Amino acid sequence: MADSKSKKSKFEKAPIIEPGHTYGSITDKISSIVLTKKIRKSWLIGFSFSFMLLMVFLGSTGYLLMKGTGIWGLNVPVSWGFAIINFVWWIGIGHAGTLISAILLLLRQDWRTSINRFAEAMTLFAVAAAGMFPLLHMGRPWLFYWLMPYPNTMALWPQFRSPLVWDVFAVSTYALVSLLFWYVGLVPDFATLRDRAKNRTAQIIYGTLAMGWRGSAVHWHRYETAYLLLAGLATPLVISVHTVVSFDFAMGITPGWHATIFPPYFVAGAVYAGFAMVLTLSIPLRKVYGLEDFITMRHLKNMAKVMLATGLIVAYGYMIEAFTAWYSGAEYEEYMILNRMTGPYKHLYWALILCNVIAPQFIWISKVQNSVIGLFIVAMFVNVGMWLERFVIVVTSLHRDFLPSSWDMYSGTIWDWATYIGTMGLFLTLLFVFIRLVPAISIFEMRTLVTDSEKES
Amino acid sequence: MSQIFHPSTNAFAKATIFGGVFILGILVWALLTMERSSYFTQAKVVKDQPVPFSHKHHVAQLGLDCRYCHTSVEESNFAGIPSTKTCMACHSQIHTNAEILEPVRASWRSGESLQWTRVHDLPDFVYFDHSIHVKKGIGCESCHGPVGEMALTWREHSLNMEWCLECHDNPEQFVRPREFVFTMDWKPTGDSETMRNELAKLYEVESLTNCSVCHR
Repeated sequence: MADSKSKKSKFEKAPIIEPGHTYGSITDKISSIVLTKKIRKSWLIGFSFSFMLLMVFLGSTGYLLMKGTGIWGLNVPVSWGFAIINFVWWIGIGHAGTLISAILLLLRQDWRTSINRFAEAMTLFAVAAAGMFPLLHMGRPWLFYWLMPYPNTMALWPQFRSPLVWDVFAVSTYALVSLLFWYVGLVPDFATLRDRAKNRTAQIIYGTLAMGWRGSAVHWHRYETAYLLLAGLATPLVISVHTVVSFDFAMGITPGWHATIFPPYFVAGAVYAGFAMVLTLSIPLRKVYGLEDFITMRHLKNMAKVMLATGLIVAYGYMIEAFTAWYSGAEYEEYMILNRMTGPYKHLYWALILCNVIAPQFIWISKVQNSVIGLFIVAMFVNVGMWLERFVIVVTSLHRDFLPSSWDMYSGTIWDWATYIGTMGLFLTLLFVFIRLVPAISIFEMRTLVTDSEKES
Repeated sequence: MSQIFHPSTNAFAKATIFGGVFILGILVWALLTMERSSYFTQAKVVKDQPVPFSHKHHVAQLGLDCRYCHTSVEESNFAGIPSTKTCMACHSQIHTNAEILEPVRASWRSGESLQWTRVHDLPDFVYFDHSIHVKKGIGCESCHGPVGEMALTWREHSLNMEWCLECHDNPEQFVRPREFVFTMDWKPTGDSETMRNELAKLYEVESLTNCSVCHR
């Protein structure tokens, strides 16, 4: 035993919470971000900027509703352009939240504690942004409820053989379970805020949200059970959502899409993109709010490692895509991959390889791994790379149809870009509102870390 | 520090959990019911007409054939609204001074058509053809209801798509011999199911439910 203990000290990891914190100091530090009256200048600047982008979204959506989807660059043969690219990109980003909160909870990875709350929030907002694209692409978004099976007067029923219908159920289930998981995790913290708020309105709002939480032993017992059950429920969803999203492609007989590698390759890509986004958001967050004690270097490093691992799976996916195209001997598949690598979109393909395959390799270097800026830069590369990946998959397969007479080029119009950048505004605005109104780090779970670290020492 | 909430909020909170589910359920049920009510579909609602024309009198009591007025029903997609001339064929001889027929006579004098209010007005995105339905042995009353009982005309059915599909899914169940298409209150004699199946085969009745059959 003594041996193993000394071994442990030799390879001691950075702590998940800086020493010296007590229950009180944790609660003070996290809840003060929300309960302070003063609005920080940095928050105001960030919020205004995001809100401006949100207005871009509303403007472009308004124009879209007025004119129809013809303002987008979609046309035969590329009838799936930015709408599906951005949908998959956002859904992918949303993956890290549930992975961190559910799977890492079941695997007892206690370092998840300080990042799960805002990763879950990020998931919700990313899913909201993702949902915009299929809705707007419908052309008549106000009839979206036709996607649901209900006894309507038209006697119409969704086509359950279509993966697009599976998508509706996969994504809405995911959004609902993520919301429940997030909310249930927030209940004890809402109670803390209710007890600490000085302002009557805040007391009533947080009190209502806390749903009568008193923190009794019975409450905690039920709470732990419910949270664990929800984690069990959410775990398969992490896998299923992006699997179903990949079916949108894999079920089609289009060269480059009709591949069995798609589900695992897409899930890995989603986790990859998700962790990149958590890094992108947590690095400025910890800096601005001085949360370096709670989101330590160890968190950043762990996330970077997950990113590297999933990045390697994604790289393997790219390799297998090329290999299968050659090995299949199917001329359309062969042509597709050659066109992807050397055709008119080749610069995007090689940029994607640079961002998604080469950039994360720098995480192997310990200097990069220990540098906040370095990790941030790698994460940004991955964010861009994952968008390029979806662009390459969607556009290169479609733009050279089976009939050369229908070949065409695709590019997004200004409205495509405005809608895309606009959803970033939606995402960021929601995120800024969240940081201001809800504790961005789970207070009660951080408190348990204090006892745990005391026990260990 | 005083309590934020009164103890009664506990009961209220519990009620909202159950209430939420029930209220939501009732709301969905109410919407679906409302959609099918005659307030929305205008089924069985009598429309105002320039002349209070009675199908009951002309069809059931006098025994006029549908085709006497709706002349194009067998050849065209549109059954046809009779011209004033058709009315005047009889009404230049009978009820020549009836006050309710004054708009007809006025139209006859001026040559301007009567402006009937349409009772069965399908949306423009639906294609419908009377002649094919008649030829396949679908009786007028299958869609238009007991016209012989309508003192003032109403639309019998909702014209919702689910109503169209009720027949289009299984058209055999509404087939009748062609000679009885214009008969009101027709009932099959003998083994109706075999007869219908035989007729469906004979008339080559098909279940057409492809979207573009009607939405062209």
